[in-house]
Amino acid sequence: MSLDEFFVTGDPMIFASQIAIGLTMVGLIALITYLKRWKWLWSEWFTTVDHKKIGIMYILAGVLMFFRGGVDGLLMKAQTSRPEMGILDAQHYDEIFTTHGVIMILFMAMPLLIGIMNVVVPLQIGARDVAFPKLNALSFWLFFVAAMLFNISFVIGGSPDAGWTSYFPLAGKEFTPGVGNNYYAISLQIAGIGTLATGINFVVTIIKMRAPGMSWMKMPIFVWTTFITSIIIVAAFPIFTVALLYMTLDRLFGTHFFTVAAGGDPMLWLNLFWLWGHPEVYIVVLPAFGMFSEVIATFARKNLYGYKSMVYAVAGIAFLSMLVWVHHFYTMGNSATVNSIFSLTTMMIAIPTGVKIFNWLFTLRKGRIEFSTSMLWALAFIPCFTIGGVTGVMLAMAAADYQYHNTMFLVAHFHYVLIPGVVFAVFAGLYYWWPKMFGFKLNEKIGKWHFWLFVIGFNLTFMPMFFVGLDGMSRRMYTYAESTGWGAWLGFSAVGSLIMAAGFAALVYNIYWSFRYASRKVGNDPWNARTLEWATASPAPHYNFAKVPEVDRLDDFWYKKKKGETGLKKSDLKPVHMPSNSWTPIVLAAAFGVVGFFLVFEWFTLAIIASVGIVVGLVANTFDYDDGYHIPVDELEEEEREWRGDLK
Amino acid sequence: MSANTSRFPWNLLVGFVLSIALTLLAVFVAFNTDFSKSIILGIIGTLAIFQALIQLFMFMHVTEGKEGIINVVNMIYSVFLALVIVFGSIWVLTSGHASMH
Repeated sequence: MSLDEFFVTGDPMIFASQIAIGLTMVGLIALITYLKRWKWLWSEWFTTVDHKKIGIMYILAGVLMFFRGGVDGLLMKAQTSRPEMGILDAQHYDEIFTTHGVIMILFMAMPLLIGIMNVVVPLQIGARDVAFPKLNALSFWLFFVAAMLFNISFVIGGSPDAGWTSYFPLAGKEFTPGVGNNYYAISLQIAGIGTLATGINFVVTIIKMRAPGMSWMKMPIFVWTTFITSIIIVAAFPIFTVALLYMTLDRLFGTHFFTVAAGGDPMLWLNLFWLWGHPEVYIVVLPAFGMFSEVIATFARKNLYGYKSMVYAVAGIAFLSMLVWVHHFYTMGNSATVNSIFSLTTMMIAIPTGVKIFNWLFTLRKGRIEFSTSMLWALAFIPCFTIGGVTGVMLAMAAADYQYHNTMFLVAHFHYVLIPGVVFAVFAGLYYWWPKMFGFKLNEKIGKWHFWLFVIGFNLTFMPMFFVGLDGMSRRMYTYAESTGWGAWLGFSAVGSLIMAAGFAALVYNIYWSFRYASRKVGNDPWNARTLEWATASPAPHYNFAKVPEVDRLDDFWYKKKKGETGLKKSDLKPVHMPSNSWTPIVLAAAFGVVGFFLVFEWFTLAIIASVGIVVGLVANTFDYDDGYHIPVDELEEEEREWRGDLK
Repeated sequence: MSANTSRFPWNLLVGFVLSIALTLLAVFVAFNTDFSKSIILGIIGTLAIFQALIQLFMFMHVTEGKEGIINVVNMIYSVFLALVIVFGSIWVLTSGHASMH
């Protein structure tokens, strides 16, 4: 392979990106070296097993990926803003909608949600960390390595270009012989292992590590949604693992699982992909529902209406999530019985979701609503998400779906579900839990700019897509004739995407501004909230709670606060057992990344040599007898005095 | 913790060897025998069930632990999912267009 096959050449935008990536990396390395921060980075962040720091790294990576996926989106909007535009050619457009989809779902939505879960869930159940802290670090580094591997594809070797769904036979070697779709198969495999480990970790954490007295129906609702999400992860991700393995075998070793010839079946890929892919939608949206519930209850100053029905609704959605996958391919030409049954199961999902919408509305009813930035996101979510949900029921009807299938109507629908459902939730969650992570609030005034720009831009961008979709525009069209009459709608939509981008810029500016200027005196409970994470200092100390809290009821902290029972007695302090940092997760994940890179290019000898690194890492890990360390009482006392004043 | 680390994990070793043996047996049945397709599928399916049982008993310690109800719910749900995935896929991929050719 010659060098100009290795690097992608010939496109000025990609050439500029290559230079920019090179300069950024050199710049970062130089800056860290100049500030003498390598040792600090290694010991405080790269080797950490602290769930809060891992969560923050997830969030940081998620925001970066949001930027990358967002730029992809803007490029698509620019290309379709007018008829016969020439910014991107068909191939480049294919690559960009593929990376946009994969990055936004798997490398933006997932890490942002898992990041917030990591920061918040152990605190909400009164635990000191997750059940398997080192595995948690491994999950993060596997995700990060996979994201980087996927992201370099557009400058080294070539991007995947068969859509985020990578349907066969297009995604097979016969039709896409380059390395692009190898990147898809390998990097998602690595990310998937990390996600599966996260799912197992949170199931065990929530079953085993709740504070004394916190029985199932006394758990905060976000803990419930995280728990059920983790169960879906454990149930659904292995299917994707198997599907990706078959894809890899087909592409790299010439097997025939999904090929047209030699007994393969391309529809088997669709079947397996959506057996994972539909639950995946609920994996990203259920934790978001939990965040909205927390935010709405806090800022309406009421307990969550219908807590138990909320729990049953989430469980119901999770149960149905595994029974609806065929609605993604009604048009494969299935029998009427199959399509009718999957129509029914799909429409049934609207029932528990409707229960949740009404619960939120009744929580707001007669509440003393405070319009903080995070509450604004929650309030905008309800109507926007309802539009997404109602159009979803339209798509659920198999007969009607023959009209909507793979049109821009579908694209508008899933953006109306995923952006209010996930992105608004992540923003609400970031504004809400920011003080718990960093000890200061994000600025509310800039936050409102962020909110209005983003919400208005979002509606302008995606509302027109419903109409061009009904008018017959199929998705993934890189250009169209003027006579179609879509130019005005799509021009409008392109302007909307710029407004949305301005909203994102406002968030980035807000983070910068708040880091520099925001008041550091926020106290442990800046929002007057209801759940346990607010019972400890902001930012939360590395041991979370000096004394593990005891819980008598739902929203226990709220009632203890009213009775003034949140103090800490000196006699309650005992040494705290904490896990030690470990270098194995980052090194092991790096080995996975190297093996993955060699496999992408089908350099098998190198891949085998590098995979020795994985084996060595695993074996070394089994000989790790480090049982952690204890924080002595006087150190705890000193840290607690700092924010509580005197102890009793 | 420390009590467990000193004992040799025979369970895991036996499970590991049996897993590999069952897999090789399945490959052998598929490639080197003259059975009809449906008999081969039946044999492989039976071996898969044994494989799952080995995983459960040798690696996942279903007989240990105190969470009776959680374990039972977990098992029922897993079996349900396995049935949905296997028979759902077969049903979806063999009705309609597939049955036409």
